[in-house]
Amino acid sequence: MDALLREYLPILILLAVAAGLGLILILAAAVLAVRNPDPEKVSAYECGFNAFDDARMKFDVRFYLVSILFIIFDLEVAFLFPWAVAFGDLSMTAFWSMMVFLAVLTIGFAYEWKKGALEWE
Amino acid sequence: MIILGTILTLVFSAVLIAALLVAAGVFTWVERRVLGFFQERLGPNRVGPFGFLQWVADTVKLITKEDAAPPGADLFAYRLAPVLASAPVLAGFGVIAFAPQMSVAALDMGLIFAMGMLALTVYGMVLGAWASRNRYAMLGGLRAGAQLLAYESFLGLSLMGVVLLTGSFNLGQIVAAQGDLWFVVQQPLGCLLFLIAGTAAAHRLPFDLQESEQDLVAGFMTEYSGMSFALFFLGEYLAILLVAALATTLFFGGWHGPWLPGPVWFGVKMGVIAFAFIWVRAALPRPRYDQLITFAWKAALPLALLNLLLTGALVVLGGQP
Repeated sequence: MDALLREYLPILILLAVAAGLGLILILAAAVLAVRNPDPEKVSAYECGFNAFDDARMKFDVRFYLVSILFIIFDLEVAFLFPWAVAFGDLSMTAFWSMMVFLAVLTIGFAYEWKKGALEWE
Repeated sequence: MIILGTILTLVFSAVLIAALLVAAGVFTWVERRVLGFFQERLGPNRVGPFGFLQWVADTVKLITKEDAAPPGADLFAYRLAPVLASAPVLAGFGVIAFAPQMSVAALDMGLIFAMGMLALTVYGMVLGAWASRNRYAMLGGLRAGAQLLAYESFLGLSLMGVVLLTGSFNLGQIVAAQGDLWFVVQQPLGCLLFLIAGTAAAHRLPFDLQESEQDLVAGFMTEYSGMSFALFFLGEYLAILLVAALATTLFFGGWHGPWLPGPVWFGVKMGVIAFAFIWVRAALPRPRYDQLITFAWKAALPLALLNLLLTGALVVLGGQP
């Protein structure tokens, strides 16, 4: 616990200083900046029109598809990281089991490609 | 002991952050000047010698400008988003080793930490876009999310070759392993893919479709003004510097170099890579959004996998890690 703390405390401090700086800048702007609101000025920008309806509309399912694909490939990356870092000490069995894993993944990737999941059309 | 260390870290963090803010400010001036020359005009040249103090004037101007929020906005998220877009990038610099033993925290998980911090900026963008309650912002936020996901998937893969050759995520050790030969020689494809993914992760032209002014006004930051806008802007420029610093560390030998001291070499290499980002911005047009996503899945991801397989096979055949 102590060693962990000693290793990560500097990063926590840096993160706190960075976040603090951002908050201070936002607060400084709230104190220093001009404030002169006007209903026309602050209304949501839509090229000069009044907003037609709520901006939080339905959106395309393709954005979901990208995130689903991402989950698959990011899990794979998360799996590959420890393998790569320990590569020097691994046996041939470990090397080939990762190759099999990658082969299975490649088959899945080829299937997605063929099914058109990667198309943006 | 812990208290002394805490104070030292606080001082070091403050110095690092101040240096980075100045570097980002100077970088905005360099970019506007260089882009001016690329486009056969002068660029900002009035404030100070050669317009060098332009970024100071801009900062003063931005801090006094009205910071308005649209009436439908979710105010808490709306104010939080710019901080989320800039603070993680600053923290990401904490693991960068500018010279042997010279980093805020030499984490063993340094590389993963820096990548995570770089990816966190997208939360700021999506949150800001959602909180603005503006149609353009909403579309920009969606694009930002999908783009980061598509490019993040091979960003990690492109670095794996280096990790495989070094056997460490510690950025100091990765640089130390490049004393004789920079990894760009052994990993040219990985380096190229990393720079492409880094451009997208820093949402930088030609991959800045979430804020492309020709169809989305300013994308996710349409409604932002004043200091909130400045923080988004700062986050983008810091992200470029972070990608440049990571590229220097991973592929271009970090602090290694003759005659000059290490940190100077690190700064010079970072500067050259950051300059290349400006050059790319001046040279390339934006792709269409479908081209952007298709390129990530159909070209870059298979290439990154291939790069990893080849590296692994070569290391196994060569019989040494």
